[in-house]
Amino acid sequence: MLYAMCFALFMLGLYCAVVKKNMVKIVLGIVIMEYAVNLFLILLGFRTDAVAPIVDRQFLETGADGMTVTGAFLRQAVDPLPQALVLTSIVISLGTLALMISVCIRIYGKYGTFDITEIRRLKG
Amino acid sequence: MKGMTVIVKTVAGWAKMLVFLFGVYIILFGHLTPGGGFAGGVILAASYVLLLLAFGRRFVEEDLPLALDSKLDCLGALAFALIAVWPLIWGGGFFVNFLLKHLPESALNLVSAGTIPLSNIAIGLKVGASLFLVIFLLSVFSDDHGTKTRATGRIADPKE
Amino acid sequence: MNVPLPVFVMVPLMAAFVLPLFGVKGKSAATALANAVTIALLVLAVLAAVHLADVRTADNPNPREVYEVGRHAIPLGINMVLDGLSCLLLLTISVVAAAAMTFSIRYMEQYTAKSKYLSLFLLMVAGMNGVVLSGDIFNLFVFLEIASIASYALVGFGCEHEELEACFKYMVLGTIASAFILFGIGLVYGNTGSLNMAYIARSIRSSGVNPGLAFALALFVAGFGLKAALVPFHAWLPDAHPSAPAPISAMLSGVLIKSLGVYALARVVFNVFGVWPAIAWVLIALGVASMVIGVFLAVGQWDFKRLLAYHSISQMGYVVLGIGLGALILARGGSTAWASLAILAGLFHLVNHAVFKSLLFLASGSVEMATGTRQLKKMGGLALKMPLTRTTATIASAAIAGVPPFNGFWSKLVLVIAAAQAHFYGLAAVTVLVSLVTLISFLKVQRYVFLGELPDHLKQTRDNGGSMFAASAFLAALCVLMGLLLLIPALRANVLDPAVAALTAGIDYAALAKDI
Repeated sequence: MLYAMCFALFMLGLYCAVVKKNMVKIVLGIVIMEYAVNLFLILLGFRTDAVAPIVDRQFLETGADGMTVTGAFLRQAVDPLPQALVLTSIVISLGTLALMISVCIRIYGKYGTFDITEIRRLKG
Repeated sequence: MKGMTVIVKTVAGWAKMLVFLFGVYIILFGHLTPGGGFAGGVILAASYVLLLLAFGRRFVEEDLPLALDSKLDCLGALAFALIAVWPLIWGGGFFVNFLLKHLPESALNLVSAGTIPLSNIAIGLKVGASLFLVIFLLSVFSDDHGTKTRATGRIADPKE
Repeated sequence: MNVPLPVFVMVPLMAAFVLPLFGVKGKSAATALANAVTIALLVLAVLAAVHLADVRTADNPNPREVYEVGRHAIPLGINMVLDGLSCLLLLTISVVAAAAMTFSIRYMEQYTAKSKYLSLFLLMVAGMNGVVLSGDIFNLFVFLEIASIASYALVGFGCEHEELEACFKYMVLGTIASAFILFGIGLVYGNTGSLNMAYIARSIRSSGVNPGLAFALALFVAGFGLKAALVPFHAWLPDAHPSAPAPISAMLSGVLIKSLGVYALARVVFNVFGVWPAIAWVLIALGVASMVIGVFLAVGQWDFKRLLAYHSISQMGYVVLGIGLGALILARGGSTAWASLAILAGLFHLVNHAVFKSLLFLASGSVEMATGTRQLKKMGGLALKMPLTRTTATIASAAIAGVPPFNGFWSKLVLVIAAAQAHFYGLAAVTVLVSLVTLISFLKVQRYVFLGELPDHLKQTRDNGGSMFAASAFLAALCVLMGLLLLIPALRANVLDPAVAALTAGIDYAALAKDI
């Protein structure tokens, strides 16, 4: 169910990016798409009744090969890998977003409009 | 961008130090608690954005000149790269945690993770500087449509 | 010598962050450093290729070098893999980057902020090297984004009306493609529990493809297809590539669409998911559509660089068609030898196209710098004024049109033979026809740029010598000599065959996966 909502959000963003005429709305559509993907990645690591994957002193035990994390913790914790992926993807989308916004502002400075139907010097 | 009223300026002056210190805390304890270089760096940038909003652009430009900010940005990235490459040069391997074997066995202490806190500091510097630079340059646009300053997109470090 | 693989990413990345520290005064030092870096990368790529050729033996036709980052064993850590295909792409990227960087020494004097340009250029090279070396699908995505973001900024580098417009279009479509790819990666991770490509391949081999994975593959085809500008997804390319400065056009058309698009697509389809007929037909359809539609759109163009950009789409069609034919033969369980031949044609054409298309873009940049226009109708008679540029441009035109001794002829010939052997006579005919139309289109370029009447306003035109000519001459020499890669068995066995073997080995890529 949640996955389907994620996908719906993704399609909504795609629709917005493809159909809208205003540049800022296109950028917003793309941001919605990226957030849908991030949400999807976070959901992949989700487990009901789990704890956050932060190692505390109570989850450590001293075994044969030095200190290790207890098995109980491993069974309880959510998957931390998608969280790392989402962090990376947020950084990437931040870089893209900053660049996109600055290009939008530049285009506004040159053409005086945000409407992509009026920004048509290139054709063919 | 002009400054705001005296009340806002005073509160922002105090809050700025707290926010900045909180960012430093997040960076330094990044290997033990949630957070780390990226989150802490964003908070560092936020402290300067607070100044930018309260005091206006000119004040911030004196406090942290753009050229210096740009240099900090590059230095952060270089420091991170050096931490990664240093063990490669000395025969260990790329990204090997070469400080780990010099440390006593003491998990969950502040000094316990070898190169990871150092990388966090480098990333914090990089993210803080570049994020503030991006926001600052975008605020320049709103004044004069960017005829003065060129904004080239900067890429935040993808490694966390 | 065994080159540690992260060097290919870290050297340009670190140089990219050192360059802005030079500031305005150290411009010549920055240029020298950037050139030194690209040439060093070329040397390192050759060393890596020699090492891989040493490892290769008769009973190990598909050598692989694995580097575990941070000495964490896979799948816990990230690994980098150098096999024949990566090595071929690495060499191509290094050659084109070295040539484009040499060309930039003089060409980029027209622009301000040269050190920013150099920095972005090296970031793009670092991203592309990372894409071809990564053995981890998420890492591949990260490097792909580094290269893409640097290229977005470079397309809009001039900050004029057209450039910004092209940059925005490119950026929107590129970001949508990235979102597709990331979504696909999420689906793959959810279904197989791994991000390492070898482990994904092993998991798919043991449990088959379920609907989630099939959807992920569809997302990958759309995402990488957008990055490669195959025909239904091609709208951004004819705007973006001409708008960039000429050396960047050469990089974008020469290697960026290949390493980010075709390489990643081929790696995912062949080595991770394994080939089956439906996906092979999709590749063939994309290839044929790109070939035909690209070339017919190109014929009508009057803007020099735009014409070249449409030809890029068309020539990418050849590459994908070759790879798709190979996939189809493999998927039907046909003879591996014929599949290898088709894939060989595709990959060889990929390398050839990188060389002659970047040479053509450098020539167009040289003409634009001398005359100040890109409109074919406003030029003419430049053969006398610009003899050096004219020579290199003619060699490249002959190569792209498939005129015999040049490199483009050999790869197209192999492709036609492979198509005929697989009993696709129609495809073979289309290939030849498209090649003819390409020839017509480049005769038009010769006629309007270099022959005919010299207009009055171009009487003062002077040729560009020095570094710009050196870069063009280097690529032109490669155009003439690269047929030898196919004709000399020793070279073919060490350069092209391992790359083909890397793809025909298919899902055996999973052999890299070890049990924990």
